[in-house]
Amino acid sequence: MRHLYDRIDRDPRFHALAKARGRLGWTLSGLVLLAYYGFVFAIAFAPGWLARPLGPDTAVTVGIAAGLGVIGLSVALTGVYVWRANRIFDRLNADIVDAATRKAGAFDAD
Amino acid sequence: MKKPLLAAALLIGTGASLGVRARTTGDTDGVNVNAIGMFFVFVLTSLCITYWAAGRVKSSSDFYVAGGRIGGFRNGLAITGDWCSSAALMGIAGLVYTNGFDGLIYSVLPFGAWPLMMFLLADRLRNLGKFTIADVVSLRMARVPIRSLIASAGLAFVVGYLIVQMVGAGTLISNLFGLKYEYAQIAIGLLIIVYVAFGGMIATTYVQLVKAVLLLSGTSFIAFAVLAKFDFAPESLYAAAVANHSAAEKLMQPGGLLHDPVDAISCGVMLLFGGAALPHVLMRFFTVPDAKEARRSAAWAASFIGYFYLLSFFIGYGAVVFVMKGPQFLDADGIIKGGENMAAIHLAAAMGGDLLLGFISAVAFATIVAVVAGLTIAGASAISHDLYANVLRHGRASDAEVMKISRYAAIALGILGIVLGIAFKEENIAYLIVLPFTISATVFFPVLFLTLYWRRLTTTGIVAGGWLGLAAAVAMLVAGPTIWRDILGHEAPIFPYKYPALFSMTISVVTMILVSLLDKSARGHREVRAFEDQFVRSQTGLGAEGATRH
Repeated sequence: MRHLYDRIDRDPRFHALAKARGRLGWTLSGLVLLAYYGFVFAIAFAPGWLARPLGPDTAVTVGIAAGLGVIGLSVALTGVYVWRANRIFDRLNADIVDAATRKAGAFDAD
Repeated sequence: MKKPLLAAALLIGTGASLGVRARTTGDTDGVNVNAIGMFFVFVLTSLCITYWAAGRVKSSSDFYVAGGRIGGFRNGLAITGDWCSSAALMGIAGLVYTNGFDGLIYSVLPFGAWPLMMFLLADRLRNLGKFTIADVVSLRMARVPIRSLIASAGLAFVVGYLIVQMVGAGTLISNLFGLKYEYAQIAIGLLIIVYVAFGGMIATTYVQLVKAVLLLSGTSFIAFAVLAKFDFAPESLYAAAVANHSAAEKLMQPGGLLHDPVDAISCGVMLLFGGAALPHVLMRFFTVPDAKEARRSAAWAASFIGYFYLLSFFIGYGAVVFVMKGPQFLDADGIIKGGENMAAIHLAAAMGGDLLLGFISAVAFATIVAVVAGLTIAGASAISHDLYANVLRHGRASDAEVMKISRYAAIALGILGIVLGIAFKEENIAYLIVLPFTISATVFFPVLFLTLYWRRLTTTGIVAGGWLGLAAAVAMLVAGPTIWRDILGHEAPIFPYKYPALFSMTISVVTMILVSLLDKSARGHREVRAFEDQFVRSQTGLGAEGATRH
C-alpha cells in the first residue's frame, strides 16, 4: 500500500484535488463560524439589537430571524459541500487512484 | 444461549410494563389506553428488530459498525436519532415556554456543529477509521497511550451523558405512565442491555432509525396542528404567544440566560466544537461503506436535524398559546403540571387529544432508550475494542473474545445506568450535560482535528495536552458556580464561569502544540513522517476499511 501512497503523493493532480477540497472546506467553515459567532456575539454584546422587531406591526424580532438564518445557512452550506464533493471531487479522486493502481499493476500485483 | 436469554428479557421488559398506568391530562388519573398501547407497540417492535439483528451479528465488525453496510439515507436518520435526545424535544420546548427566545438559543447553537463536522471531519474519519475514533488517531500514533486517553475520556463522556438521560427518562416515565421511578430505570436499563448486548450496532441503528422517524413525524404533526390554528401564518402565532405570556414582548428577545459575554462565548465554543466531535455520533460514520456515503449521511442528518430545530421555533411558542391558559394542564397554583419539560407533551394533548398525547409519550420514551442505546454501544466499544483488545491484549485478542467482552461491557453499562439513575433521583442534573460536551471540545475535537490537519503532532503532545485539558475541565467545572457554590454550598465559586470549555480547550490545544514541537524523540519523528501516508489515505480512501459481505 505504501508505494501506492508514494505514487499518489507524486501526482500533481492529487495535490490540486486536495487543495481544492481544502479550499472549499475552509471557506465554508469560515462562513459558518462567521454566522455562528456573529449570533453568539450579538447575544453577548448586543441583545438590544436582536430584540428589535422586524417591522412596525410584527412580533417577529431580528433575533428570531437571525436564529432561523443560522440554521438555514448551515443546512444550505452542508448541501453545497456534499454536492461538490460527491459530484466533482469523487470523480477526480477515482481517476487519480485508478492511474496509480494501474501503474502499480505493471510492476507488481499489490 | 442467545435466544432463551432474549425471550427472558422480553418477558422482563413487558412484565415491568404491566404495572404501567398512564395518566390522562385530566384531573382524574384515568388510564390512557393509547399511550400504553403505543408504548407496547414500540417496545415489541424494537425487540423484534433486536431478535432479527441478533442473528446477523457474526463478527466484531457487525457488532461495532453493523458491518459497514448501512446506506447514507438510513445512516442519516440514525444519526438524527443519536443527536436528538429528549432534551431537544422536551427541554427546548420547556425553555421556550418559560424563557421565550433564550430557549431557542439552544436550538441554534448546537446546530452550528453540523457543518463543521461535515467540512472538517466526517469523510476523512470514514477513510481512516475502523470501529472507534481512537482507531483514526492510532493509525500514526502510539496505540497504548492514545487509546488509554481516548477511551478514558470516552467513558467519562458516556457516564455523564448517561446520568442525564436516565434521570430525565425516569422522571418523564413516572409523569407519563405513573410508573414508579425505580421501575422505570430498571425497565430502560434492561431494554438497553437487550438491544446492545444481543443486537449490537445493527439493532441500535434500526432502533435509532425507528425513533428518528417517530420523532420527526410526531413533532411535524404538532407543529402543523399549531400552525393550522393560525392559517399557517407564524406571525399570528408569535403575536398570540406575546399576548398570552406575562413577559409580553420580552418573549421574543434575548433575556438573562447568557448575559455574561465570556460565558456566552465559552458556551458557544463548547456546543460548536464539542458537538462536532461527539463520539457516539462520529462512530456512525464507520457504519457506512465509504466516504461518499458518509458525506451523504451527514447531509441527510443535517437536513433532518435542521428541520427538527426549525419546528422547535413553533412548538415552544405553541405551548405558550395553548398550554399556558389551559386549566387542565395547570395545578392549583397555576403552575404547569409535571414541570416545564412537559410543555411539549401537554401541547400534544391540546392539539390532538389522547391519541396524539399517547403517540408523543411513546415517542419521548423511544427517544430516550435510543439515545441511551447509542451511548451504551459507544461505551462498550471503548471498553472492549480500545481498552481490552488494544491496550490490555495489544491487539492479540480473538474476534470472538472481543465480542464477548463487548456484550459484558454493554450489560455492565446498562446496570451502571440503572444504579446511577436511581442514585441521582430528584437531583438537579441539568449541569451534568456540560461535562460530556466540555470533554468532547477539550479532548476529542482537538485530538482529531490536529491529527488530521497538523503534520507535526506527536503522541507525546496528544497525551500531555489531552490529560491536562481533561483535568483542567473537570477542575474548573467542580470549582465553578454550579457545583462549588450552588451544590456544595460555598459562598463564592473559585472559578467564575459556568462553561469552562473556552479555557480547557485552549489549555489542551496549546499544550498539544508546544509539547509536539518540543518532542525530538525517534517515535515522534516517525509519527511526523507517517503524516503523508495518512494524508493520502484520508483524501483518497485508498486502504480504507471496506464493508463486510455475508
